[in-house]
Amino acid sequence: MSETYIARSSSIAARALAGEMMIMNSVDSTFFTLNEVATAIWQAADGRTPLSEIVRTRICETFEIDEAKAQADAQQFVAELSGHGILLVSDQPLAQEATR
Amino acid sequence: MSSPSNRSACVEIGGIPISLSTADPVFFSLLQKRYEGFLCDSRPEFELEFDIVEPRSVSDDDVRVTRDGPDWLVARGDFRARLDPSQKKGIVRQNANPFSLDSVLRILHSLLLAERGGFLLHASSGICGGRAFLFSGVSGAGKTTMTRLAPSDITLLTDEISYIRPNELTGTEASGYRAFGTPFAGELAKPGQNTSASIAALFFLEKGPENRIEEIPTAEAVRRLMRNILFFAEDPALTEKLLSTACDFVSRVPIRRLTFYPSSTVWEDVRRFEVSAHV
Repeated sequence: MSETYIARSSSIAARALAGEMMIMNSVDSTFFTLNEVATAIWQAADGRTPLSEIVRTRICETFEIDEAKAQADAQQFVAELSGHGILLVSDQPLAQEATR
Repeated sequence: MSSPSNRSACVEIGGIPISLSTADPVFFSLLQKRYEGFLCDSRPEFELEFDIVEPRSVSDDDVRVTRDGPDWLVARGDFRARLDPSQKKGIVRQNANPFSLDSVLRILHSLLLAERGGFLLHASSGICGGRAFLFSGVSGAGKTTMTRLAPSDITLLTDEISYIRPNELTGTEASGYRAFGTPFAGELAKPGQNTSASIAALFFLEKGPENRIEEIPTAEAVRRLMRNILFFAEDPALTEKLLSTACDFVSRVPIRRLTFYPSSTVWEDVRRFEVSAHV
């Protein structure tokens, strides 16, 4: 099974506030807020670290979540944000568009 | 840019004077009448020249604001505009419809405000006891109702689009924000007064069986605020600036949920909130 790599789009603005990540897409002005777990994935989206490793090291260990469920939830989350152009997804390492 | 045959009027909203010029005498008198309370003799900070074309219906299409090099291109079904921020000039091609004119002006102000740490908000607003109160919410939440219920001593700033800028860095208002009156009228069909006041609070409205004012968690406040800000530009830098402004606004201005039963008693609760905020 191939790995999934994720990177943050450069067309977004993001701010951490009160434990949540606020994200606004400059292309269509859509606005999202991420919970703690989603924020951890978002912050680790450097384009080089496989999603499975992010989930294992940043999510399961920190939040004590079952790995199989966490991996499935992460895939769903990534698919949703990539659908809105907020995350870039590839089966190859990506150049990070923006560091926030 | 303005040709010799053009006539121009300077319209100052939110402390930003903008010159509007056109060779069309009918359109010129329309804009003079529409912005009557906001005409000024100030030196304009931006100049818009209007090229009036054959009438077309006002469009429901989404407006698009994109960059073309240093210029802004603004497009909707009923108008096209090219704005040059470096020269502070723009050309607008539209029909003589006043709603198109309002839209162009609002978009220009939203761009100018974003750079200055301000924004336009879907909210009615009024001055009570020398301070401005803003009422925002989804369509039907009661923005216009709040202005209809306002007692006679309330100064109406707008029933539709609130104009918000950081306070000038003077005196005790240094860290807050200020709301300005606008000529952009909604259902009330009545322009706001050309005045301003420091903002006391922003209420997000919901109708209910009784009046109740409640705190909103910070993140939720930013979320609600962002959903109601008028912003059109497809530009990462301005988007970044706007999100930063929204977070700053939430940290400096009390934001509450106001559940209200549509009667004039709601303004008594607003007054009490103003008093308690100063105790």
